[in-house]
Amino acid sequence: MPIGIVTVAYIGATILFILALSGLSNPETARNGNLYAIVGMTIALLATIFGPAVTANYGVLIGAVAIGGAIGLVLARRVQMTQMPELVAILHSLVGMAAVFVGFASFADPNAHFVGVEKTIHDIEIYIGILIGAVTFSGSVIAFGKLSGKITGNAMILPARHWLNLGLLLITIWLGMQFVQQAPAGNGMVPLLIMTGIALLFGVHMVMAIGGADMPVVISMLNSYSGWAASATGFMLSNDLLIVTGALVGSSGAILSYIMCRAMNRKFLSVIAGGFGTTSSSGSGGEVDQGEVIAIDTTETAELLKNAKEVMIIPGYGMAVAQAQHTVHEITKKLRDKGINVRFGIHPVAGRMPGHMNVLLAEAKVPYDIVFEMDEINEDFPDVDVSIVIGANDIVNPSALTDPDSPIAGMPVLECWKGDTTIVLKRSMATGYAGVQNPLFFLDNTRMLFGDAKETLDKVLAEL
Amino acid sequence: MKIGIPKEIHAGEKRVATTPEVAVQLQKLGFSVAIEAGAGAAANFSDSAYAEAGVEIVNDTRKLWADSDIILKVRGPQMHDALGVDEQELLHSGQVLISFLWPAQNQGMLDSLAARGVTAIAMDSIPRISRAQKLDALSSMANIAGYRAVVEAAQHFGRFFTGQITAAGKVPPAKVLVIGAGVAGLAAIGAAKSMGAIVRAFDTRPEVKEQVESMDGEFLLLDFEEEGSGTGGYAKVMSKEFIAAEMALFAEQAKDVDIIITTALIPGKPAPELITAEMVESMKPGSVIVDLAAEQGGNCKLTEPGQVVVKHGVTLIGYTDLPSRLAAQSSQLYGTNLRHLLTDMCPEKNGELVVDFDDEVVRGATVVRNGEITWPPPAPKLSAAPPKPKPVAAPEPKEEEKPGMLGPLLTFGIGALALLGLGWVAPPSFMAHFTVFVLACFVGYMVIWNVTPALHTPLMSVTNAISSIIIIGALLQISADETWIMWLAGITILITSINVFGGFAVTRRMLEMFRK
Repeated sequence: MPIGIVTVAYIGATILFILALSGLSNPETARNGNLYAIVGMTIALLATIFGPAVTANYGVLIGAVAIGGAIGLVLARRVQMTQMPELVAILHSLVGMAAVFVGFASFADPNAHFVGVEKTIHDIEIYIGILIGAVTFSGSVIAFGKLSGKITGNAMILPARHWLNLGLLLITIWLGMQFVQQAPAGNGMVPLLIMTGIALLFGVHMVMAIGGADMPVVISMLNSYSGWAASATGFMLSNDLLIVTGALVGSSGAILSYIMCRAMNRKFLSVIAGGFGTTSSSGSGGEVDQGEVIAIDTTETAELLKNAKEVMIIPGYGMAVAQAQHTVHEITKKLRDKGINVRFGIHPVAGRMPGHMNVLLAEAKVPYDIVFEMDEINEDFPDVDVSIVIGANDIVNPSALTDPDSPIAGMPVLECWKGDTTIVLKRSMATGYAGVQNPLFFLDNTRMLFGDAKETLDKVLAEL
Repeated sequence: MKIGIPKEIHAGEKRVATTPEVAVQLQKLGFSVAIEAGAGAAANFSDSAYAEAGVEIVNDTRKLWADSDIILKVRGPQMHDALGVDEQELLHSGQVLISFLWPAQNQGMLDSLAARGVTAIAMDSIPRISRAQKLDALSSMANIAGYRAVVEAAQHFGRFFTGQITAAGKVPPAKVLVIGAGVAGLAAIGAAKSMGAIVRAFDTRPEVKEQVESMDGEFLLLDFEEEGSGTGGYAKVMSKEFIAAEMALFAEQAKDVDIIITTALIPGKPAPELITAEMVESMKPGSVIVDLAAEQGGNCKLTEPGQVVVKHGVTLIGYTDLPSRLAAQSSQLYGTNLRHLLTDMCPEKNGELVVDFDDEVVRGATVVRNGEITWPPPAPKLSAAPPKPKPVAAPEPKEEEKPGMLGPLLTFGIGALALLGLGWVAPPSFMAHFTVFVLACFVGYMVIWNVTPALHTPLMSVTNAISSIIIIGALLQISADETWIMWLAGITILITSINVFGGFAVTRRMLEMFRK
C-alpha cells in the first residue's frame, strides 16, 4: 500500500474521530458517534498494518492484538457501571505505559537518522513523550487504587510538597538538558531512565495528594494527559494522525477538568496542588451548634412521596456505593404511574467521574429525558414538593452560597431547600468530603432518613 | 415533679396549657400531671379525655396550685375573681411558673413574683435562635393569628375570595394586602392565597421578599434604599423619608385592595400607625381591615382593640384574642411548645426540672429564678437572620473586572511571543506538525463544548479508546530488526489493544443504556 493511500486513510480516520466526538452532543447521535470512532480506528490500524512501515513480525502483531482485544472485551463486559471510574483510570494508565514504551523504542531505533536541530527536536519530543506518559501511567494507577478503595481516599500531604514538586521539576529540566547533549553521541539512556523514575514518582505524589471528592477532576486531568502523551508520540514519530487524535483527546480532558473545577468553584491549580479535603476541616463549619435534625421513617417518606406532585431526586456518590440506582428507578416508575412528576437533578461533580450519575441512572433504565443538569433545574426547586437527596452532601450545602468563609463558598449547589420538604438519605451525620458541616440537615423543612440507601429505599418502595 | 394546669381565668380565654396528647408525653418524661376540672372545656378537651391520658383531675383550685411543683399557664397570673385573690398569691416558694409573662410590660409583677421566691419562665422571652424554634410559642401563636385573621376577614367580607366565572356572571377575585411579613403575615398570605385571593405583601425588611414569593404572594417594592432589618429577625424603626414613601404606597394600595391585614410590630415599641383615617375613607365600601397589632395600639388609626367596628363603610377588626378563637389548635401547638421546653429542661427524663443557665434558651426565657429577677438576659449570641457581611459584597465585582480585561491580552501576548520564538528555531518539518497540532486543539475545543454533560462518562471512555491510537506508534516499530524493540512494541500493541477494544465496547454498552 503506497504511502499516499495511508495518508488518505489517516485523514479519513481523523474526520471520523471528530464526528465521533461531535456525535456525543446528544444520546441519540452518540451511538452512531461511537460507531464512527470504531470505523476510524479500524481504518487507521489497517492502513498502518498494510502500509510500508510494517514489513515483518506479523505473528507477534496479530497475537498481541488478539490477546489484548480479548482482555479488553472481557473487561468491558464484566465491569459494573459503578466501577466505571476505576476502569477508565486503569485504561488511562495503559495509554501512559504505551507512550513510555514507544518513546524508549523510538529512542533506541537505529533507523532514525536526524541531524542538527531536527535531532535536538526529536530528542526533546522523546523526552517529553516519555515524561507525560510516565506521569499518566503512575498517576492513573494511583487513581485506580483510590477509586477502587485499595488506597485510602484521603489526601496524603507530604511536608513541603510544593517545594518537592518544584525540585523534581528542576531536576527533570536539568536531566533533559543532559539528555539532549548526550543523545547525539549515542548515549543518554541514563538521564532518560532517571527521568522516567522521577516522572513515575511525581505521578504518584500528585494523585496521592488529591482527596476523594476531587476525583472527577483527577480523572479528567489524566484523560487529558493520555491525549497529550499520544500527541507527543505523534511528534516523535512525525505522525499527524497521532498528533491530531492526541490533541482532540487532550483538549477534551482539559475542558472536562475545567468544567469540573468550575462546578466546585475551584482553581485548577489548587486542585492539582491537592490537599483540599483535609486542610479545610478547621474551617467555620463544624463547631457552631446547628440545632437538631428531624428524623423520619420510611412509612412517612412514602406518605410524603405519595402526596407530592413534583418530586426531585438528587443522587450522589452514596447511591453508587449502595448500588441503589435500580431501587430508585422502581420508585420513580411507581410514582410516575401515579401521575407524580419525578425528575432527577444532577450536579456536575456528583459521583467520582464526570457524568457518573447519568450512566448509573441510564443503567437502571431511567429515561434520560427526566434527568436534568443542575443549571437546567435549579430554578424549579421552589415548585418542588419533595426532594430526595441520596448519599450526597456538599453538592446540596446551602453554606456554599450563604457563608463566605465556608471552604466551599461560591460553589454552585442544588438549591433543594427552596422546595417544600427535603428528605436526606444518609448513613450517619458525618460530614462530606469537603469536611464541612451541612446546615441543610438542620433546616425546618429537612427530614433525615438514616440508614443504607438501598435498604431504606427498598422499604420505601414496599410502602408505596 | 408534679405539673399543675389551672383553668385560664382571663375573660374570653379559651386556650389551655396542655392537651391530653401532650400530657401523655409529659408523663413519659417522668412528670405527674394534674389539671383543674373543666380547664380544657373551652378548647373542646373534656375532663374524661384528660383522665384517660392519665391526668389527675382536681376540683379545688387552691389545692391544685398548692400541690403542684410546676404551673403551666397560657396567660400570666391575674386576679382570680371566684377565689377573690390574685393568682400570684397562690404561688409558693420554690414553685416554677411557665406562661406568657411579657416582663417588659409587667415590671411590677416580676417584683412580686420574686418576692414570693418562685422561678418564672416567660414563653414570650424564648430567644429567637434556630435551636429554640420548636419551643417558640410566639411564632406558633402568630401563625394561628395570621390564619384566623383571614378567616375573620372572610366572614365580614361580603364576597368570594376566589375569582369565578359562573352562569350568573363573573366574580373578580378579592385583593388582599398584608403589611408586615413576619410569621403572622406569612400565615395570612398563605391562607388568603389558598382561598383564591390575589395577595400582595409589604415589609420593611427586604430579605423577606423571597419568603413572600415562596408563599405565592406578590412583594411590593418601595423605590427607596434602606435596610429595615433589626436584630433577632425583627424589624426596626425606619427613617422619616422611608415612612413617607411607604405611606404613599399604602394610600395608593388602599384604593385598590378589598382587605388589608396589618401585622407590623417593632419589639418594645407601640405599633407604627400605617393606615390613616383618610386611607380608610378611600377604601371601597364593604372592605375589611384586620389589625393584628390592635393590642399594641394598632396599625390603623381607627381600630378599637378587641372590637369589630364599621367606619366609613369599612369593617375594622381589632380582635386581640385571635389565637384563642382557634382554641383547640393553639392549645395543641402551645402545649407542644411547652413540652419541648420541659424536654430540654429535663435531660435525665426523670421528672426533675433543671434550670440550667448555661443553656442559652433557658437563660433567655427565665425572668425570675428562686426569687431573684434575672431579666433582661444578656444579649443572645446568635440572631435568627445573621447580618449580611455587606461591605465585602459590593466592591468585589469591580475589582474583578480589570484583570478580566488584562488577562486575555496577557495570555495572547505571551502565547504569540512563544509561537514566534518557536518559529525562529524550529525547522519547517516540525512547524507543519505543529500547525496540525494547534488546529486539532481548536477543533477539539469547539467540539467538546457541545457534548451534553450527561454523556461525560461515555466521552471519557471513547476518548480513552481513541487515545490508544498510540498503538500506531508501536505498529511502526514492530518490524524493527532488533528483537528487544520488537518485543517492546509487541507488549505495547497488546496493552493498547486492551484499550481499543475495551474502550469502544464499554462505550457502546453505556450508550445502549441511554434511552428515553
